[in-house]
Amino acid sequence: MSAPGIPDKLASTLDTLAMVPDRSDRIQLLIDIADRFHEVPPQVARRPFGEENKVPACESEAYVWGEARPDGALDFHFAVENPQGISAKAMAVLLGDTLSGAPLAQVAAVPQDIVYRVFGKELSMGKSMGLMGMVSMVANLAKKQLAARGPSPS
Amino acid sequence: MSAIENRGYIHPDVLVSTDWVAEHMNDPQVRIVESNEDPLLYSTGHIPGAVEVDWTRDLNDPVRRDYLGREGFETLMRRSGITRDTTVVLYGDRNNWWATYAYWVFQLFGHSKAKIMDGGRLKWANEGRPLTRDVPAYPATGYQAPERNDKAIRAYRDEVLRHVEKSGRMVDVRSPAEYTGERLHMPDYPNEGALRGGHIPGAANIPWARAINAEDGTFKTAEELRAIYEGEAQTKPDEEVIVYCRIGERSSHTWFVLTHLLGYKNVRNYDGSWTEWGNLVGVPIER
Repeated sequence: MSAPGIPDKLASTLDTLAMVPDRSDRIQLLIDIADRFHEVPPQVARRPFGEENKVPACESEAYVWGEARPDGALDFHFAVENPQGISAKAMAVLLGDTLSGAPLAQVAAVPQDIVYRVFGKELSMGKSMGLMGMVSMVANLAKKQLAARGPSPS
Repeated sequence: MSAIENRGYIHPDVLVSTDWVAEHMNDPQVRIVESNEDPLLYSTGHIPGAVEVDWTRDLNDPVRRDYLGREGFETLMRRSGITRDTTVVLYGDRNNWWATYAYWVFQLFGHSKAKIMDGGRLKWANEGRPLTRDVPAYPATGYQAPERNDKAIRAYRDEVLRHVEKSGRMVDVRSPAEYTGERLHMPDYPNEGALRGGHIPGAANIPWARAINAEDGTFKTAEELRAIYEGEAQTKPDEEVIVYCRIGERSSHTWFVLTHLLGYKNVRNYDGSWTEWGNLVGVPIER
């Protein structure tokens, strides 16, 4: 069985970012993306947020939730408690926009290293770990949802 | 928090308040420098007139694991409009974690006219002080730097090993989970860049951020700091101390505290830290 590909919207976004090699332009684009951040709606989660939703290793105190759609796909929601966590907010918007509603098998297989395709390799290890932790958390929610649904008929 | 000069520091002049920075924003003898962990933050707004020093691009050798050399430092200083006589005031995110890292690197080149803005970026922003997205441009200077001098404040692995063998004082400033090695084995945690978890034998665990008042990011008083370092870690101002973390950035914050706020005479930062020690063959490790 071949590995599932990257969800179409995410692949398209990564292609767009790759067309912005200039660091200053890339930073401005990511800041614009972060400006679109919306916190998890209150019908999904309210403070205090649960530890089970907290992203491991994320110093910006990011939280992730998956909300099931009728067809079983997930909408992803985020909170970022550190007011200076701009990169975490940008990552949350990118993941929410491109992975919500995507095939779960594809979401479950999204590699952590997309972080470097988004931000470049000039990240601290702590920052990389936190952002990769967000990707990993989203993928794990998709895996759990897939497991809860049971094996699909083949 | 009390005024800096009332906190009992041995060298209080290495800290300046946000008020002081506000009064010196247009002082030609002062250059304000922002240094962050988050690469997006400077561009979202910074103190008017502040230049950015990015630790990955500006402070490191682009190929080897090492800091920039004399020529690289001169280029950085010249580009930033800094002369040997300019007072550099560093500040940044994460309670000045990266600002103190840059400060430490500046000291490798002997730029002693350097200060940290107490409370960092968050305190400035929380006080409603101005931030701008305008990137300043300063006339290039002819900064002349000496060769980098690592000896006084930087420790290498063989020196650390000898320090361990003579039971020297060490402070591991990572989180307790990193110190015990637990974190390396926790599921869903990305790899931390080390094959083995634990800490260097004999090192006390004092997470770096304990030196900070959580409510406003300012440094704790000298009395409070002594209770932590001398009370818990058993360090002494006249003894040799080595500090480390994962790559030497968090520990530069503790180096700053011990050296300047508590006046320790001989503190070195082991920047190889756990990403070197945890990958070395045959060195002792405690869990």
